This record gives sequence, C-alpha cells and structure tokens, in this order.
Amino acid sequence: MSRKKSLWKRIRRSQVWRSIFRHDYTDTRKNRILQIRSNIFLHIHPARIPSHAGKIRFTWCMGGITFFLFIVEVITGILLMFYYRPVIEYAYQDMKYLRFDVPFGIILRNIHRWAAHLMIATIMLHMLRVFLTGSYKPPREFNWVVGVNLLVITFLLSFTGYLLPWDQLAYWAITVGANMIRATPFIGHEGPFALVDKYNDIRFMLLGGTEIGANALLRFYVLHVIVLPLTAAVLVGVHFWRIRKDGGISRPL
Amino acid sequence: MDVSADKQRINRRMFLKITGWGSFFVTIGIFIAGTVRFLFPRVLFEQPPTFKIGFPKDFLPAVPDMRQGTLRVYEQWKKDHSVWIVREGNRLYAIYAKCTHLGCTPNWFADERIFKCPCHGSRFYSNGVNFAGPAPRPLDRFRIFLASDGRITVDKSRIYRFRDFDKQGAYLYLEV
Repeated sequence: MSRKKSLWKRIRRSQVWRSIFRHDYTDTRKNRILQIRSNIFLHIHPARIPSHAGKIRFTWCMGGITFFLFIVEVITGILLMFYYRPVIEYAYQDMKYLRFDVPFGIILRNIHRWAAHLMIATIMLHMLRVFLTGSYKPPREFNWVVGVNLLVITFLLSFTGYLLPWDQLAYWAITVGANMIRATPFIGHEGPFALVDKYNDIRFMLLGGTEIGANALLRFYVLHVIVLPLTAAVLVGVHFWRIRKDGGISRPL
Repeated sequence: MDVSADKQRINRRMFLKITGWGSFFVTIGIFIAGTVRFLFPRVLFEQPPTFKIGFPKDFLPAVPDMRQGTLRVYEQWKKDHSVWIVREGNRLYAIYAKCTHLGCTPNWFADERIFKCPCHGSRFYSNGVNFAGPAPRPLDRFRIFLASDGRITVDKSRIYRFRDFDKQGAYLYLEV
C-alpha cells in the first residue's frame, strides 16, 4: 500500500508528469481556473461560468447538442472512411458491405445518418431559440452571420453526403439538386443573364462534368470529408470565441 | 521644403509597400484563378453529345400506303440515345424520347402510329405533336445536320422546342 503510494508520488514528481500537468488538482478556486486555462481543449470555454448558464430552459442547449452531433459525425465518418471508396465501381458495394458484413457497420452507418438528420433539426431549433430570445441583437449580430454560414455548410454537408451511397435515391436526389444550380444567375447556363454554357458553368465546376458520374462522386466525397468539415470546424471555433467576446452565453434579461 | 508636396511623392517606403503587397495579391490572385481553372477538366469521360446515324440514302421516304402513311419512325437509337429519327416528307428530324409532361420515356406503337407515355397517358402523333393527356407541348427535337463526311449527325446538346421546329438545325432537308 505504502509502496504503491510512494510510486504514485514519484510519478507525479517526475519531470514527464510535471511537463504535461502544470498544476495540481486540489479543489481550490485557483486550480479550477487553471484546469480550464491550461488546457488547449478547454481554453475556448470561459474559466468561470455564470450561474445563468445552467438555465437550460432558456438556451435549450441546442447549440451544444449540435456541436456534440458534429463530433459524432466526425468520429463515425472517419470510421466509415476505412471501408468506403468513392469510385463508381465500389461505392455502392462498399455501402452494402458496411451494412451487411462489416462488424458494427450497420450501426455505424445508421448513427452517421441519424446524427446528420438530428443535426439539421437541432441547428434549426438553435436558430429558433436565438431568434425568439433576441440573442441575434447587437453586439451578437456578427455571430448570427457566422451561424447562418454554419447552417449553410451543414446543409451542404447533408447534400454532399447524400450522393455517396451511390444508389437510385442518391443519384436522382443529386440530379435534382444539381439541376437547380443550372438556374444560378450569370454563372449557371440556364439562369437569368447566363454568361456561360453547359461546359463552363457553376454546375460543371461542381460535378466535374455535365452529368453525375465518377468526377461528381469524387468531388462530393472530397467536399464531404475534407473541405466542408474543415470549414465548419474553423467557423465553429469563431462562433464559440465570439460568444465569449460578445458577453458570454445568452441569458434572460 | 513643402510638406504636402513631399507627402504626395512616392518615396522608397511607399514604393516597397505597393510593390510588396501588389506582388502578394497578384500571386494570390493567380493562385485562385488557377485553382478555379483546375476544377474544370479538359477531358470528359462522358458519352459525346453528337452521334452519327448514317447516310441520307438510309432514310428514304416511306412508300405511302394505308397503314404507314407518309411518315417513318426509326427506333434503333432510342435505347442508347433516347432519340427517334422521323422522316416526314422531305424533312428528317430527331425527336427526343422524353415526355414533355414530367420526363418519362414514351413508347412507339407501330400499329397505332402514335407515341404513348406510360406514366400519365400523354399521346403524341408520329411527328411528336401531342393530342391527348397532360403533355403541354409536342416532343422536343435535337439538332440534326449533315456532317462533312456526308453522314447525318444528331447533336443532343442543342434542343429545339415546338416554336423553333422550323428553324435551321431542327430538321434536315433531304432531296430524295
């Protein structure tokens, strides 16, 4: 017993331990603040939380739930990437393989799918709450704009993810979506004031061709797993940082 | 020395600032323009929009008889290209096999001499003009022309609607 304790003490006194954990964890006011401030993952969080932050009936914690679902999407998405190949010959087969043979594949895929659906719901509820409580008003108006950008990115993540199973539903949903892009003013070849034709408009740029094929699948994959999540992560950082800079979490007046 | 005149002169510091930031933004601009261009592939691995259907002598007018009339419908390009080639008098045209109602693929009924859409029952005469059902206009047509090698070519990237059926390209005039 005493030997164990002295070993523990020796570990905690070692340079390795002290180079990682810069303060001790006895429950003092100072240490509580240091726990937040000296941790890169927590430092975006305020060191002190006002008591009104716990009033879940006011905030519904919808932004927090959305962020949680985003993390779920990232983790399950990375795991799905181990089995999925964004190539016409394999995409549908890999989806089937994940569903029917990969251990835990079906639950992984379903978590990814349902968390995505839920994320749309919670993000809309979050927006509704912010609107109803007037939390978009100055000085938080810029954060509303950041939030709208995050909403658009979430929609785009859903849209790009929809093509990846490469089944009939995916193909035709993206056909409809991509056909809407034809009608973009100026840069869509069927839109008002079209400056371009079918072979150099915005739809061509998105699909990498004039029809939904190998290029479109690969592009949607790259957008879905790299470009959009990375942009979302950066904007989420800005969003959280601005909450603190604009006077902390919203509260009843 | 006049201070205001001195301010307006571009001194060394200003010059370096302008050229420095200028070349920075030019580089960034070229990089962005190059990235946008990068996203437009030069080669497409898609079915080409044009295909050749044969020589004019392959589309002789039908001998008028009671059953077939003067119109002739060629079905062999429907499966791969969604196109019916129709000879009506001296005109040859390429009808797009896509219902003008909601985009289903109609079928040709040779014995009744009409196109019928299986989805909502639209019907079209053998020249593609609608006469029953919800279809709002006749079947669209593709550009058809004589290529330099003497073969008739259909260009699916150019679609003619009903009001443009008499335009050049919407049909091919055949002497025989």
